[in-house]
Amino acid sequence: MKPPPFEYHGPVTLGEALDVLAEVGPDGKVLAGGQSLIPLLNMRLAAPAHLVDVNRVPGLDGIEAGPAGVRVGALARHAAVERSPRAAAVQPLLRQALRLVAHPVIRNRGTVVGSLVHADPAAELPAVLALLGGSVRLASRGGEREIPAARFFTGPMESALRPGELAVSAFFPALPARSGTAFHEVARRHGDYAMAGVAAAVTLDEDFTIAAARVACVSVGPVPVVVDVTAACGRRPASSVPWDAVADAVRERIEPEGDIHATADYRRHLTGVLAVRALRDAAGAARGEES
Amino acid sequence: MTTKLFGEPVRRREDARLITGRGRYLDDLGAGALAAAFVRSPHAHARILDIDVSAALDVDGLVAIYTWEDLPGALAEPLPLLIPHPALTHGRTAYPLAREIVRHVGEPVVMVVARDRYVAEDACALIRVDYEIRKPVVGVEEAVRGVHLVHEDVPGNVGAHLVQEVPGPGGVTAREVIEAAPHRLEFRLDIERSASMPLEGRGVYARWDADDGSLRVYSSTQTSTSVRMAIAARLGLPLPKVEVIAPDVGGGFGVKIVHPWPEELLVPWAARLLNREVKWTEDRREHFVSSSHERGQVQHVRVGFDDDGRVLGLDVEILHDHGAYTPYGIIVPIITSTQLLGPYKVGAYRVEFSSVYTNTVQVTPYRGAGRPQGVFCMERTMDRIAAHLGKDRTEVRAANFIQPHEFPYDQGMTFQDGRPLIYDSGDYPEALRMLKELIGWDDFPAMKAAAAAEGRRLGIGVGCYVEGTGVGPYEGGHVQITSDGRVHVSTGLTSQGQGHETVFAQIAATELGVPIEKVSVVTGDTRRFGYAVGTFASRAAVMSGNAIALACRKVREKALRIAAEALEADPRDLEITDGMVHVAGVPSASIPLATVAVLSNPLRYAFDEEAQRATQFAGPASGDRPPVAEGEEPGLEGRGYYSPVRSTFAAGMHAAIVETDPDTAEIKILRYAVVHDCGKLINPMIVEGQIHGGVAQGVGGALYEKMAYDEHGQLLNASFMDFLMPYATEVPRIETAHLETPSPLNPLGIKGAGEAGVIPVSAVIASAVEDAEGIPITGMPISPSDLYALRRSR
Amino acid sequence: MNETRHRVTLTVNGVVREATVPGRRLLSDCLRHDLGLTGTHVGCEHGVCGACTVLLDGEPVRSCLTLAVTVDGHEITTVEGLARDGEPSPVQRAFAECHALQCGFCTPGFLCTLTAFLRDNPAPTEEEALEAVAGNLCRCTGYQNILKAVHRAAELQAEEGGA
Repeated sequence: MKPPPFEYHGPVTLGEALDVLAEVGPDGKVLAGGQSLIPLLNMRLAAPAHLVDVNRVPGLDGIEAGPAGVRVGALARHAAVERSPRAAAVQPLLRQALRLVAHPVIRNRGTVVGSLVHADPAAELPAVLALLGGSVRLASRGGEREIPAARFFTGPMESALRPGELAVSAFFPALPARSGTAFHEVARRHGDYAMAGVAAAVTLDEDFTIAAARVACVSVGPVPVVVDVTAACGRRPASSVPWDAVADAVRERIEPEGDIHATADYRRHLTGVLAVRALRDAAGAARGEES
Repeated sequence: MTTKLFGEPVRRREDARLITGRGRYLDDLGAGALAAAFVRSPHAHARILDIDVSAALDVDGLVAIYTWEDLPGALAEPLPLLIPHPALTHGRTAYPLAREIVRHVGEPVVMVVARDRYVAEDACALIRVDYEIRKPVVGVEEAVRGVHLVHEDVPGNVGAHLVQEVPGPGGVTAREVIEAAPHRLEFRLDIERSASMPLEGRGVYARWDADDGSLRVYSSTQTSTSVRMAIAARLGLPLPKVEVIAPDVGGGFGVKIVHPWPEELLVPWAARLLNREVKWTEDRREHFVSSSHERGQVQHVRVGFDDDGRVLGLDVEILHDHGAYTPYGIIVPIITSTQLLGPYKVGAYRVEFSSVYTNTVQVTPYRGAGRPQGVFCMERTMDRIAAHLGKDRTEVRAANFIQPHEFPYDQGMTFQDGRPLIYDSGDYPEALRMLKELIGWDDFPAMKAAAAAEGRRLGIGVGCYVEGTGVGPYEGGHVQITSDGRVHVSTGLTSQGQGHETVFAQIAATELGVPIEKVSVVTGDTRRFGYAVGTFASRAAVMSGNAIALACRKVREKALRIAAEALEADPRDLEITDGMVHVAGVPSASIPLATVAVLSNPLRYAFDEEAQRATQFAGPASGDRPPVAEGEEPGLEGRGYYSPVRSTFAAGMHAAIVETDPDTAEIKILRYAVVHDCGKLINPMIVEGQIHGGVAQGVGGALYEKMAYDEHGQLLNASFMDFLMPYATEVPRIETAHLETPSPLNPLGIKGAGEAGVIPVSAVIASAVEDAEGIPITGMPISPSDLYALRRSR
Repeated sequence: MNETRHRVTLTVNGVVREATVPGRRLLSDCLRHDLGLTGTHVGCEHGVCGACTVLLDGEPVRSCLTLAVTVDGHEITTVEGLARDGEPSPVQRAFAECHALQCGFCTPGFLCTLTAFLRDNPAPTEEEALEAVAGNLCRCTGYQNILKAVHRAAELQAEEGGA
């Protein structure tokens, strides 16, 4: 299990990185944290002719938290974002999700943007971006473009990133006042990819009735599946929401597949259960309760 | 003697090097050796049409490429069938490199030797093998249909078929007894495949000494002596010209007892041919598809019992999945068949197994070696009986126990060592009493009811087992005290983390009356001890421990004899304390063992001051006696062998409390309790560690691990991502209690402990989940998805 | 087919070391085979088992999921560098005291992981200790004694700090 040979590039500026990427085009692969890419290389399931290691490019490790949301640079490690109190204050779902990403040692090296570009439908961060309606900023020699989550994830392990482009940052919007979030998942072992997982965001009206409720589900489709359950919840306080109906509303919208760890049937059931748990916790958080 | 270390939780002597990165595992050796890698079959069943290596020849750093065609003499023959058995009528083994047919994904086809492993893998990737794909046989039921054959000359895919009958009183057969029994039950039980999966894979490193015509091989093996014999035989080398050493081994759990692996022959062969050092280090993907698996069995049970739950007759039919080859014979289903009986007296017993070939990785023992399946069978049966009669599950077990006064107890069968299955000692009622107390069995119904009131589901389960340990034929030990007072102990069997350097040193220090710091232990090095069997079947402590004790007793006797002469005392009055031989009660009349060692070896040449005492002019000479008396040998050393008449039988009982989530069907083990009896404990800390590790592996087998083959014979989860070995978060805290019923069969009164922990876990968890859910659990492992499906189909 | 080789300089256990490696050389292989530091073990080469964990600028990372060239110029601590002045560190001593290792193959990864963990969290709760060890596989011990060793190491570290 050793990587196949490739030409290694270690650009030290963003311009240089984009030049190399333009040059190598579809034969190139970007290395940031490497926690998903290097296993694929070691198993020789990926064999890029060129590897563009952006770890020396300055200025890509930023975590900027402002009233509108959190912008995370391409080299910001999971652990750095998880530990950032400002990021957690602006968008608590980031920390809630990051705690579920693999294990702490993997998070020391893995990057948030890398997880998005990897676009694994079983992963937590794509679901977070999709739920929040965030975006990914892609840079190339020709300029930059900001792609919203809804268009960024195009299929399992597929994104809108084009050859020659580098994902330089991702933006996770903040939620309105009286909003809360939660992330629940069930994995076979602690730290594994989830058999099912649900990120939820709930916004309450001043009278604490539900104004908006959405979930994003992992491992139940080719991309994270976002379901707006505002109508299913109804304009009522969380305590009187017909949760079974909400669970069914979510189950109807997903298309899970079976694999060696879980049947499609179980995934569907589980997603409904987790959606309710996440929504209740999110509603609680929106009221300012500790979940 | 004051230096009593036997029975103490002495800290491990291995650890100083292992915690500082100074261990020497296989891949830590041979810096600069060439690397081997293998092209392995991507198909479960295929005929090789052509192998084209031309594209690989340009790889910079390539040294050699070998296929079966290149193998000379005995190396081109099928690998040995290690344990023949009359019932194994169609034993089949693989060739070191595939000859014409591949029978499982992962079978080696081409060997590449190159500058390093990266380059070797590059060359492998460029070698083209054309295959004609054949229909693979996957799963035992598909195999017994016999429509497609794994081996063309094995009809019905049946490698072995064995029926064993232990009739009841008056010679009545089990089937007759069952027909006539007041109660009868019949059901099927399934156990999935798992694997030993040590953190260090296999590995071989060979150095050929062309000047000396000798070969030194390091292998991450559980049996260096037998690997040595295999290499000498297949490479046509004189045995004294081959040495095999097991260095630090990163876990074995059974898989490394299989030998010679293809690589254990091919790597030394290539090293000699190329006159270069060659090393192969198995990677994780190779380990999944090219080593061994175990456990996969389907078992049909028929049982007849009386109103008290006493088993009057038991009839078990086993379908054993042997994978593609049978190098280790039919040991696994034999152990299942015999150890299934556990601590119970069964009126009449019939067991029949068919061992069938499938196009999957071969099956050889993994810690527990067939026992987990047998115990699952028997303990599920006990639970079924209890449920049928509305009795407490422990009550039914107690009704069937062999009683303490009934030992030695003859089960009337032949065990895996070819010897009678006679239990030597035990106290099963006491073990059960201790277990019930430890887990709080009688208080559980109240706990369960309280939890249910909060919407929580709890269940409790129990499982009992008996484990034949310390199987023969023998092990040996050599003990030498040198003139610096150090004690050098060696034994031929190997170590994979069991702490042998510590426990054998404890035995030697206790027997010889020396400080443990003076004792060093070497295992698994044929340069030091050439006669051995290996480390398996929980036998190391029993076999080598007793052999070393016997060797020590010889050395002690000789030391006392020499010291008696020097002290002008009667040897019967002498004792050894702290390395000093002295007259009992007279500490001043003493002589150090170091000096005794000097005196034991009459010298002409002195190499230091101490040695002068043994030279020819040092003392008054006895003119009429040779310096080395007749029947004596120079030196203070001795060799001992222990060869038991039969195995010694350890036992244990486990209980667990689980919680199942009513919504997500997750299964959580809240408590896990173990009562364990392995006779006298040499080092309780190490025994405890063995139990913890065994239970953790058992939890893996009960809730997480399986080998997921698809219908094409592809292993779908050949990685640590998808083969779910438990992390710390998946293993409960294990509560233990020890019972000691010494073995009357060996001088130290010990029984094996290595495998114990793993054996009943699947049975215990199944029992507990069944109790929580009220759904019969008939297959293990069980995942949340499986439990959900069971709930839905209820 | 000659691969480009890159000169990398690493400060390993406080010593500046140099190696010339192809771009694809894994840090684990560089440490073990280019620098001869075989204490770092390789158990899966896909980042799951944690045996290869080393400290990169003080933080635990999987050396099998890191290219040697990527960490050119950085500081690495391996199991060989955990002892101070020839004395095993508190974490190392606790492992021996608590029988937290059997075959010892996974141990270096645990030791490196826990060294960083206890530096950042010198008095962990049960739950924190569990989370800290939960990313490393051990096939021998069942983890119970490893968890015990985490707390024992914290005690030893506190004693040393107070001494």
